[in-house]
Amino acid sequence: MLAKIGAASQEDLVSYLPADVRFSGTLQIDDGKSEFEIVDYFKAAASRNANGYASFLGAGVYNHYRPVLVDTVVSRGEFLTSYTPYQAEISQGTLTSIFEFQTMVCQLTGMDVANASMYDGSSAVPEAAMMAVRVTRRDRVLIARTVHPEYREVLATYTRHQGIPVEEIAYAKNGRVDLEDLKKKLTDEVAAVIVQTPNFFGLLEQVKEIAALVQSKGALLVVVFTEAVALGLIEPPREADIVVGELQSFAISPSYGGPYAGIIATREKYIRQIPGRLVGETVDADGKRAYCLTLATREQHIRREKATSNICTNQALLALMATVFMTVYGKQGLRDLAEQNLAKAHYLAGKLALMFDAPFFNEFVVRTNGRTPEQINSELLEKKIVGGLPLGRFYPELKDAMLLCATEMSRRQDMETVAAGFRA
Amino acid sequence: MIKKVSKHIVQNEPLLFEQSSPGKWGYQLPPLDVPPVDAAAALGKENVRAEIEDFPEVSEFEALRHFTRLSTWNYAIDLGLYPLGSCTMKYNPRVNELVARTEGLAWAHPYQPEALAQGCMEVVAALERALEEITGMAAVTLQPAAGAHGEFTGILMMRALLETRGNARKKILVPDSAHGTNPATATMVGYSVENIKSNSRGMVDLEALERAVTGDVAGLMITNPNTVGVFEENIRRICGLLHDKGALVYMDGANMNALVSVARPGDFGIDVMHLNLHKTFSTPHGGGGPGAGAVAAGEVLKPYLPGPRLKRVGDKWAWNYELPDSIGRVRAFYGNFGVLVRALAYVMAHGGNGLRQATLDALLNANYLRALLDPYYEIAYKAPSMHECVFSDDRQAKKGVRTGDIAKRLIDYGFHPYTVSFPLIVRGALMIEPTETESKQELDLFADAMISIAQEVDENPELVKRAPHMTRTPRVDEVRAARQPIVRWKRPQ
Repeated sequence: MLAKIGAASQEDLVSYLPADVRFSGTLQIDDGKSEFEIVDYFKAAASRNANGYASFLGAGVYNHYRPVLVDTVVSRGEFLTSYTPYQAEISQGTLTSIFEFQTMVCQLTGMDVANASMYDGSSAVPEAAMMAVRVTRRDRVLIARTVHPEYREVLATYTRHQGIPVEEIAYAKNGRVDLEDLKKKLTDEVAAVIVQTPNFFGLLEQVKEIAALVQSKGALLVVVFTEAVALGLIEPPREADIVVGELQSFAISPSYGGPYAGIIATREKYIRQIPGRLVGETVDADGKRAYCLTLATREQHIRREKATSNICTNQALLALMATVFMTVYGKQGLRDLAEQNLAKAHYLAGKLALMFDAPFFNEFVVRTNGRTPEQINSELLEKKIVGGLPLGRFYPELKDAMLLCATEMSRRQDMETVAAGFRA
Repeated sequence: MIKKVSKHIVQNEPLLFEQSSPGKWGYQLPPLDVPPVDAAAALGKENVRAEIEDFPEVSEFEALRHFTRLSTWNYAIDLGLYPLGSCTMKYNPRVNELVARTEGLAWAHPYQPEALAQGCMEVVAALERALEEITGMAAVTLQPAAGAHGEFTGILMMRALLETRGNARKKILVPDSAHGTNPATATMVGYSVENIKSNSRGMVDLEALERAVTGDVAGLMITNPNTVGVFEENIRRICGLLHDKGALVYMDGANMNALVSVARPGDFGIDVMHLNLHKTFSTPHGGGGPGAGAVAAGEVLKPYLPGPRLKRVGDKWAWNYELPDSIGRVRAFYGNFGVLVRALAYVMAHGGNGLRQATLDALLNANYLRALLDPYYEIAYKAPSMHECVFSDDRQAKKGVRTGDIAKRLIDYGFHPYTVSFPLIVRGALMIEPTETESKQELDLFADAMISIAQEVDENPELVKRAPHMTRTPRVDEVRAARQPIVRWKRPQ
């Protein structure tokens, strides 16, 4: 090979680089390790994490069972080791599964169109806000304080330099959007109002009422979800203009925060304003149904600085995991799963003092009655239970409250231990 | 002659929605160990949905067959060379998949107590350290979810620094050879974009750059090696030009696999850059994600990195949220941790010396292909190639055959095409990146195929223009898809 190139050694391939640019040192990285040593290292790392604990954490990341089939499918090299399906003729597998994904996301959310997935739920929020700004040609954004706090932080980072002022809407005594505060802040300059349901406190927001208010002012309603399993049971936000959310609940392991799969879905009329990849149906040269990436004229590789977003990828493999999950559970299973979550959470909640009086799905805020959430949690840890999320970090006014989550994975016996922990 | 592939039975498969039968399912749930709850009573009747209309109803085995059949319609690195330029389609080591599934890592909740997440934090810290060493930069964040997300993070940091100096400035300069994400990113951070033309060697034109660097310029986004696979030999001067005017230099690290252990951006003047862990560090592309876009910053930009940041408290790791100058979060939690695990496993398997060898092998493979193809295709620039080589379709276009046609014909020969029509500065570009994980045998087969196609262009151009002929799906009508977009299935009326 070197002879063909006309080089004497591989070093010749870099010897022409300017001397003041070439790295002459040695990287201070240990010598290469064998497969066995690598596996051992990560096992040791894992052993320094929580192992064998029951957990009642939710707050945007949920502990649901992953059917075996999911891993079987995504471990296939044809899905795992392929690129973005630009070459439609040899990518129909990925393209077809994304078309099914887009369809299922529409069915779940009650929207007309959905894209091929977003990085995650949090970064989908500013993308929805920017989309609403393009559609309405207005520039203000309102976001409920009951939206996931880290999602709100991401929105702030994205909007800061784009001339999009963001204002927060307070929550009422019942833990849901304060409709009076919303009315007060809903001016003619507002492009989007962003709410989450079930909200960060686990409560269902009054989407219909909010939609009527928002749309009467010509703004778009963006509805966020973090717990996709809820959509197996609760009425989807059909009144929304844009729905964004996180599908981590659908067979994607918590993996210390990522990778996950976000979604964005909207009404048919806004299809050309949607960011990211879209798969569309067409025909091949034989006239048979086929799929390909479409409406690329929205995207950065064609439009460059005029693109709807700088997004270049989706989360195809994670979206595939969610697709397999939705397929395995199916119409009946997703409802059964959601009902189990509802039953478990309501069982645990029934033994505790709730902070808010409003319908909730599988998460709820509990008062800690004179002790701190941290005290309760540290006692639970001794019983091999990771308790709920203390809310003080995100809501100083709720420093004596914690957010608990129960799923189909929560055992009754552990729930009794948690309940006893609050009484102790 | 087509050597690599033969005819093969491929199964047809309808959509899930078309094969659903009422009452089928593929799941099992344990019996409920608490009393059931009436949804309408708990949530309010108006909040409970009727069935999810047209949602799939198939058995577990039907589900498995469905996705297995679909998988056989894909090409993949596991099947052969995937020479997409700039995409770095290299072998995805399977041990990385295994370790990413280690239970204590894969099922770690981002809010579990720090004392019970030390293993995850150690992984993050170890990868940050390795990437600092590889880039020669002061600090690394692993929060961005993808390359473009990293660009956004880096340009925001530049803006934040310039603001503290009293003027955020107005423009970002972008070479005309850049990825489309660069100008799109600059716009998202509130900057206008000015394109800088390339010179006859495929590099940034220094005179054009010098004229463009005014007091309005916040910075330059540069890809190095650039998208024609050529090292920007004036990179130090370029950085100096920007720095002299108080501007900054962002490096798009999409092609960092050409530089690992050969040159370090921190040493040649770059202020901030991203790395695509799904390219250089071998994490699987997964049909279009997940990626991870680590951002490395020099000392001057370090305070502006997104938070939280890791810190050492005694002998433990902790997350530090007290970062007064930080640009804030660019996504929830700490990044695509599962991808980070894979990238660290890649670094560990190679070690410092192995990483250098991988770089040299990538350069060897690209230059070998360039030498084999040079007699048949027009090389876009004479300058030496690093990890990829870019040709134009000038010779073939005379016969009416364009780069897209050659790409489709390549499919018949059993290969995924190269990157088509990019970079835009090359007319009819064929951008070829073999990566270091290909054998000489596979490269020779690929070169044979390209040479054979060049002959077909001369003898029978129509054969090439109507390709592919061997695939399950012949050429797809992309224009029709865009004209009347159908992006979801609906039950036929």
